[in-house]
Amino acid sequence: MSCFISKYAEELAKNAAYIGTPGKGILAADESTGTIGKRLSSINVENVEDNRRALRELLFTTPGALQYLSGVILFEETLYQKASSGKPFVEILKEGGVLPGIKVDKGTVELNGTNGETFTQGLDGLAQRCQKYYEAGARFAKWRAVLKIAVNEPTELAIQENANGLAMYAAICQQCGLVPIVEPEILVDGPHDIKKCAEVTERVLAACYKALNDHHVMLEGTLLKPNMVTPGSESPKVAPEVIAEYTVRALQRTVPAAVPAIVFLSGGQSEEEATLNLNAMNKLKTKKPWSLSFSFGRALQQSTLKAWAGKEENVKKAQAALLVRCKANSEATLGTYKGDAQLGEGAAESLHVKDYKY
Amino acid sequence: MASASATLLKSSPILDKSEWVKGQNLRQPAVSVVRCHPTAPSALTVRASSYADELIKTAKTIASPGRGILAMDESNATCGKRLASIGLENTEANRQAYRTLLVSAPGLGEYISGAILFEETLYQSTTDGKKMVDVLVEQNIVPGIKVDKGLVPLPGSNNESWCQGLDGLSSRTAAYYQQGARFAKWRTVVSIPNGPSALAVKEAAWGLARYAAISQDSGLVPIVEPEILLDGEHGIDRTFEVAKKVWAEVFFYLAENNVMFEGILLKPSMVTPGAECKDKATPQQVADYTLKLLHRRIPPAVPGIMFLSGGQSEVEATLNLNAMNQSPNPWHVSFSYARALQNTCLKTWGGRPENVKAAQEVLLVRAKANSLAQLGKYTGEGESEEAKKGMFVKGYVY
Repeated sequence: MSCFISKYAEELAKNAAYIGTPGKGILAADESTGTIGKRLSSINVENVEDNRRALRELLFTTPGALQYLSGVILFEETLYQKASSGKPFVEILKEGGVLPGIKVDKGTVELNGTNGETFTQGLDGLAQRCQKYYEAGARFAKWRAVLKIAVNEPTELAIQENANGLAMYAAICQQCGLVPIVEPEILVDGPHDIKKCAEVTERVLAACYKALNDHHVMLEGTLLKPNMVTPGSESPKVAPEVIAEYTVRALQRTVPAAVPAIVFLSGGQSEEEATLNLNAMNKLKTKKPWSLSFSFGRALQQSTLKAWAGKEENVKKAQAALLVRCKANSEATLGTYKGDAQLGEGAAESLHVKDYKY
Repeated sequence: MASASATLLKSSPILDKSEWVKGQNLRQPAVSVVRCHPTAPSALTVRASSYADELIKTAKTIASPGRGILAMDESNATCGKRLASIGLENTEANRQAYRTLLVSAPGLGEYISGAILFEETLYQSTTDGKKMVDVLVEQNIVPGIKVDKGLVPLPGSNNESWCQGLDGLSSRTAAYYQQGARFAKWRTVVSIPNGPSALAVKEAAWGLARYAAISQDSGLVPIVEPEILLDGEHGIDRTFEVAKKVWAEVFFYLAENNVMFEGILLKPSMVTPGAECKDKATPQQVADYTLKLLHRRIPPAVPGIMFLSGGQSEVEATLNLNAMNQSPNPWHVSFSYARALQNTCLKTWGGRPENVKAAQEVLLVRAKANSLAQLGKYTGEGESEEAKKGMFVKGYVY
């Protein structure tokens, strides 16, 4: 057998499969302190711990939302925070049938000798940190690797380094009982067309699964968080059906059937765009051995954030906006979304920021 | 912070990082840099490190005839074991006293071209209040720094390890350069009784390549050390086979990471039978196998090959090195010894100030012996019994 069976093997496979439950997906709420600061400042809210806590409380206590979620990714600070009722967020999520996840990477750093490519840090002492997170209630982890498309990029070096980092992280997580989400994001920035994106995505995913195999990672206990295959941000848009076709084909060519679920990142698409694309993929009649779902950050939170604007009196309104997006994306995982979600302010707004630093 | 370091390290160019430019003495860039046009159709990139010339010069200086490296970079925990063996407590003061003894040995720079330090020592002063780094530079010895963060279990392997330390390495190496270090060291291990598995070999090689690339970018010559552990019952042929594979992967990944070979040093283990093998090998056999490996796997652009001793006795390590230098080699073949230079010196000192002079003399005896071995002129006359004692520890944790 090519993979290494950790003592958590059964639990890993069970949790990974649960996350891929049809009708459910992941809310990515793991913005680092710096990044959440940008979100808060966009609605004129001060970046202090209590505001960060309040925002996350708003999200996790939205009535009726948790049924559409199988997991929430948290930043380290949030893993240990509590709601104003005194109940730890981790417990609130668990009671709602949602698995808590934890971002474990330490950000990207320039890759020497390349033209602005990066690699992701965070492997030093990772095993100890994962054990701690498991004890705190986390059951899956996330590590974001970033690649870009340009004239000479991504280089083989960048692909190898990022794939290797992902594989090493995944192996360590599994040893510690955390399902690793493998995220090789290929940025949407650029004038390239959808064919180019498909070519690069296929090359990158092939390298990732080779590395995972080399590191003896148990695929049944992993999840994939890829970009959808789309034209570059400076290229004309195409219909969701086209995106669905290219994306699913790329995945068929590179992602082994053992992987239980693929949870897409939204990468700057608007809330509505991301939902429509996911829906189109689930409507497509073709071989799909993994479930196709979402792991959205901005594409779930944007209109919620705008509605809240940091004011206590807006909480209900904001929560209503979140519920709308959660339900819409839940339907999208079933291919039943009719495109009729009440669009909150900003739901159709592109969330793309050029050369976005996460 | 100009200090004596300036004389040895004159040609360092300006680091293109704004945090270092603030308030520092700016030295004029002495090198021209070849940069690849960013939209060139070719996928080849020329290594655009602004330290290229300096790296080559430093590596050549360390690889100078008749000289080698004193490895004194024991982590605090490991140094504690050394001190305990002579009945001393593991305190900063004792570590300082011991390292002062080593770096101040008069005339050490005649035989020693570089000294690898642990982070604590890089920032320490001697018991006389001079910076350790300055004492070394005055002795004509290049200061080096251990940058890895030790070995941890490798998941999915056969109980093997991998080496940590890449997180934040870029800023750390830049800081060490600022403090006066000019070369770095990173030790990863491969175990023959445990396989080695393809995964372990690949991780070892890839980690070394990434560390080497980052070090060069910060102006530090990387010593590339994939130690193939002595532990095991295997024969010399098996060691040879594993070493060939390991070095092939190391150089492949170094190339993938655009590392400049003229600006690195290697620190390999010699090709010997396993420590528990019933067949022992003579220095001649060790030399034959090791030189054959080097010729087949090491590009001549690499200026120096500084062998580790890995548990051999002081005399054994010297004899083997001597046997390898009986005819000219395309690279400088020398030593980077820790235990094989320090053992008798440590025991002679025993922690007593009145023994410092005698201990330093003993250190010089070993340094000189290895210097002669580097020149192929070692005769082995007058070696003490202590020096012949093997230092292999099964399952040794560095």
